[in-house]
Amino acid sequence: MTAPRSREPRAVRLLLIGLALAAFALFLFVPLAAVFVEAFRDGARAWLAAVTEPDARHALKLTLLVAVIAVPVNAFFGLAAGWALGKFRFPGRSFVLTLVDLPFAVSPVVAGLVFVLLFGRTGFFGPWLADRGLEIVFALPGIVLATVFVTFPFVAREVVPLMQSQGTDEEEAARVLGAGFFTTFFRVTLPNVKWALLYGIVLCTARAVGEFGAVSVVSGHVRGETNTLPLHVETLYNEYAFQGAFAAASLLTFVALATMVAKAIVSRRAREEAP
Amino acid sequence: MSIEVRSVSKSFGSFLALDDVSLRVGDGELVALLGPSGGGKTSLLRIIAGLEEPDRGTVLFHGEDATRRDARERRVGFVFQHYALFRRMTVFENVAFGLRVKPRGERPSEADVKRRVGELLKLVQLDWLGDRLPSELSGGQRQRVALARALAVEPKVLLLDEPFGSLDARVRQELRRWLRRLHDEIRLTSLFVTHDQEEALEVADRVVLLDRGRVVQDGTPADLFEHPADPFVLDFLGSVNIFHGRVENGRAHLGPLSVAYPDAPHDGALPASGYARPWEIDLSRDLEGVEGFPATVRHVAAAGAVVRLELAPDDGTILKVEISRERFAELAPSPGDRLRVVPRNVRVFLGGPGQG
Repeated sequence: MTAPRSREPRAVRLLLIGLALAAFALFLFVPLAAVFVEAFRDGARAWLAAVTEPDARHALKLTLLVAVIAVPVNAFFGLAAGWALGKFRFPGRSFVLTLVDLPFAVSPVVAGLVFVLLFGRTGFFGPWLADRGLEIVFALPGIVLATVFVTFPFVAREVVPLMQSQGTDEEEAARVLGAGFFTTFFRVTLPNVKWALLYGIVLCTARAVGEFGAVSVVSGHVRGETNTLPLHVETLYNEYAFQGAFAAASLLTFVALATMVAKAIVSRRAREEAP
Repeated sequence: MSIEVRSVSKSFGSFLALDDVSLRVGDGELVALLGPSGGGKTSLLRIIAGLEEPDRGTVLFHGEDATRRDARERRVGFVFQHYALFRRMTVFENVAFGLRVKPRGERPSEADVKRRVGELLKLVQLDWLGDRLPSELSGGQRQRVALARALAVEPKVLLLDEPFGSLDARVRQELRRWLRRLHDEIRLTSLFVTHDQEEALEVADRVVLLDRGRVVQDGTPADLFEHPADPFVLDFLGSVNIFHGRVENGRAHLGPLSVAYPDAPHDGALPASGYARPWEIDLSRDLEGVEGFPATVRHVAAAGAVVRLELAPDDGTILKVEISRERFAELAPSPGDRLRVVPRNVRVFLGGPGQG
């Protein structure tokens, strides 16, 4: 691919490129580098100690556990939503389509509060849950619920438009050839959107691991119990334990970088999928 | 296996796509469902395949009611307008799909699948493209893959939706002759949808003309062409000149033209129109003749098997005429010449302008 040649004078070109690079360095590269500089300020050993101390290990485990539950749940619901919204016309379809984006529109803090109001001790279902000894808020289920809510749109948003543009021709062809619902789904519908689905899953994972606002409200910040990695970073930071905070933050940054790489690979394949 | 459609109606919202349609495709017949777009052809085909349910009426296969039978169980081969090939599968896997999804008991072995797909790809002359993806094929090749895929499950009937619709003119001509030969070879009951009258008349044993959800005429290509049921059929099946006028006292007076019309012997005038094909009109240098009427040559297109002319009679209309090259050589008309126009065959239908 050749870049279109600009007709601007050389000085203007250099100035604009310089400004863009400066902004890039200032807002993206410097903060990223700062995380690692701070994390390793006291050496690799201190970093290792900070990320392997019990509270950090627990936070990491909890974060991964939440992602392992929330991402498959959203992959499933996202795919189901994509299939229903992309392949069928029904009354109320555009309303549901709008609803899919609701978690993007609602502030994560509000989302967290909703779960507290519903499932908290004084909340709507609170007494009923308390009678049965079930804990949702300030426990793992609450964190998972909040994460699922916040990350719901990622898979659906990737899959719905693609399924819609691919239409139902291939499904009909499969049906006429004698294929049942599941065969058609797994041999025709799913392979046609697999890269878009994967792309959505990558984005969903990144957000599930990094989610702060909603989780912060429902978790209760109990160290070594309900602190996820982002919450752990905040807790340490508030205690002026900067090195530990940055060490934990560097783990999150690793995840972010890995996501970027995965995203780059998958998005290229996903583009090839578009009809 | 025969297909029979009895009084099928179907509407989408307030739009009546099919209005009490009945037709029959005999065992081994190749029938064209012809009509302008939006005429309900595709809806009817989809109803026969089971992809759509009729609001009323029945579909019979081999005399058995199949209206409620699922598309999967109808054993219909369907070729979609835009092929609908599985984009993630190779040509081979596309054709093999119908065999691989059969219930466990009936599923052929891998070796049988290979042999059968090989045969089908040879039949459609694409055996060298088995491991390509659909996106790597030309339109005509995709069309033939779609056909091979439909034939793989040994369907009892074959339904084709605008099979040559998205191909260019040359490939189209080739493919439709090929389809006709293929049909003569395998004798599979087939129904295909088209909006191209030439295609229908050339390929089909019988043509069913559908307009605005109703069957307008059903007959052999020669039938439709020679004895059109109404002006719509006449107009749809090829270029035609129209003369508006009236009938009374056993004659039709149509602009510059006057022909016998014994069906209206009384003196009450009725609006009517006359229709003459461009090749049913002769031209003459004899301006003093009693038949026909004079007109001025406007345009001559002499390239082709016949020579096409445009003439302007004195009433401001334009007339299309086709004459043989021999006749053209005799007359040697050029733009500006005055000639006598002598229609050899005029079909008169009652009804004024806009009613046909």
